Amino acid sequence: MARELLKGNEAIAEAAIRAGLDAYYGYPITPQNEILEWMSKRMPELGRAFVQAEAELGAINMVYGAACTGARVMTSSSSPGISLMQEGLSYIAGTEVPMVLVNVMRGGPGLGNIAPSQGDYNQICKGGGHGDYHPIVLAPANIQEAVDMMPLAFDLAEKYLNICCVLLDGSIGQMMEPAELPEMQPYPRPFNQPWAVNGAIGRERRILTSIYLDPPEEEITNLRLLKRWEQIQKNEIRYKEYYLEDAEYVVIGFGTAGRIALSAVRAARAKGIKVGLFRPISLSPYPYKRIEELCAKTQAFLVTEMNAGQMLEDVRLAVRGRVPIRFYGRLGGVMPLPDEILDEIEQMVKHPPKAEDDPAAIWLHRMLETVK
Amino acid sequence: MATLVTPENIVYKRPVGLTDTVTTYCPGCTHGIAHRLVAEVLEEMNVLDRTIGIAPVGCSVFAYNFIDCDFLEAAHGRAPAMATGVKRVLPDRIVFTYQGDGDMASIGMGEIVHAAARGENITVIFINNAIYGMTGGQMAPTTLPGMKTTSSPSGRDVEAQGYPIRMAEMLSTLDGAGYIVRRSLHDPANIRKAKKAIRTAFEVQKHALGFSMVELLSTCSTGWGLTPVESLTWLEEHMIPAFPLGDYKISEPVAALKI
Ligand SMILES: Cc1ncc(C[n+]2csc(CCOP(=O)(O)OP(=O)(O)O)c2C)c(N)n1
Repeated sequence: MARELLKGNEAIAEAAIRAGLDAYYGYPITPQNEILEWMSKRMPELGRAFVQAEAELGAINMVYGAACTGARVMTSSSSPGISLMQEGLSYIAGTEVPMVLVNVMRGGPGLGNIAPSQGDYNQICKGGGHGDYHPIVLAPANIQEAVDMMPLAFDLAEKYLNICCVLLDGSIGQMMEPAELPEMQPYPRPFNQPWAVNGAIGRERRILTSIYLDPPEEEITNLRLLKRWEQIQKNEIRYKEYYLEDAEYVVIGFGTAGRIALSAVRAARAKGIKVGLFRPISLSPYPYKRIEELCAKTQAFLVTEMNAGQMLEDVRLAVRGRVPIRFYGRLGGVMPLPDEILDEIEQMVKHPPKAEDDPAAIWLHRMLETVK
Repeated sequence: MATLVTPENIVYKRPVGLTDTVTTYCPGCTHGIAHRLVAEVLEEMNVLDRTIGIAPVGCSVFAYNFIDCDFLEAAHGRAPAMATGVKRVLPDRIVFTYQGDGDMASIGMGEIVHAAARGENITVIFINNAIYGMTGGQMAPTTLPGMKTTSSPSGRDVEAQGYPIRMAEMLSTLDGAGYIVRRSLHDPANIRKAKKAIRTAFEVQKHALGFSMVELLSTCSTGWGLTPVESLTWLEEHMIPAFPLGDYKISEPVAALKI
């Protein structure tokens, strides 16, 4: 198939449809409205299910219902809407059914704004809803990557009976870029999983629930989830590396921040600085091991995010004080410019951070002085 | 000596649609009667094997242990949204929710109103016992003015705590609703009427005539602090005047339905 100029949100929606999406339930919120709008036209056209729900609470519980039938189902939303979905996400995790969530982050907290942000990293990667569970979280840095992630997201969700989230921000959702859409999968894709609740025709009846009133039984359920999570951690680590072969300094950033950092890394290379970029794609599970390996030949890391250092904590968990870290974040919908990150790289080389530094605290004090 | 229990003599038995499980309900609770009626109707319509029930959060959270068909268990109040999600991908299945008044008329008000407004082809069995049974007898949105509960200890004060909500009347204003009625479970004659209404509601769904709901006035002896028999009388004397029995919405196509 040929490359076309595509808008991020629309490309994501169409890629999901081509991956065999059976049902989409959602609620409008900027900056992801184009996903819902695309679905509202295409899904009925193809004879598939679409409902604009009364709220994200309704949407996620519609997803929950359809997921229990074994259908390929997704929803999409942005920060305040994702907050509202947390109840449903926890139930879906507790019921061990697959679903795909497209999470287009915007500036927060509260109503915040509609500008690109990465402020919901912790919310989605570390749980958000109640109980011990881990969604799979994938972060694309461009439209092609987002498009390619949609079929993968469904496959992972179904393989591990887990929530799979594609996490991006409004800039990837709203921008246009050339990308190639996947082929339309043959449809309908028969679904009759051995756990699906779809009417007990010719079989024993089935029940899907997230209630285990007996604590030992709930503990076993939790352990089952964790066992599966262990497999996910083993099999589903994804990242991309740029200019790392001879790098003495490594920038770490995901999604849009990683993409901007790449421009800065190229500019720094042009100035002769031996710097590379490590871009985590699976944020949950996180590529701790690979970062640990990178410590051996890295003099310092620069972590850059569009938040106050949420992923930084995971990097610190991997680095464990072996290599100093500098942090640079922009917040509340402000995007870092390549020049700013270039400057950060140069500062890191000129004034190497110390291993015992608290990179977030140092960054905050710099920020409080410069942003007034 | 000939035994009296012969197939010809059996006039009452467990319907196929009920599992052989002792319910978890308190003595005198009418949830069990409502379960039985649903089970009988699904059996009579021969749809047990293509029915998906959605249990609520409340005393009937374990409805799936008793009603013998495929089942899901929803979050508190979200059963109509879950039912929507199921029905839209499996339109030829029978999908019903079974919800209490706290579940439906309080935390789940948004989901139920919009499911009805969309005319979802689902059936809702609504158990109105004027109280939160499961959590120990707190005030419900259907608690009567002056009624004592564990969270309205001196009686529901309408000035501070508002007025009861009449769900059947409210939902009947929505164009998506095909069949909305209120019945009661306090005596055999009313139980028979309730069963007929439940049958009609499921037929409405079978014929894709829109949203259907049967509100069932029910007892909660434990929560009300009355004996089972006193509860039945209390229901008749106090609940029926506040929640009049009747047909609130019978759309034209539903009226034309021959069952
Ligand atoms: C989000 C959430 N809030 C509160 C509860 C606690 N809770 C469980 S059942 C219930 C009330 C149920 O009452 P009702 O729907 O009237 O059903 P009944 O138990 O009387 O049959 C409440 C408040 C919960 N499980 N989830």
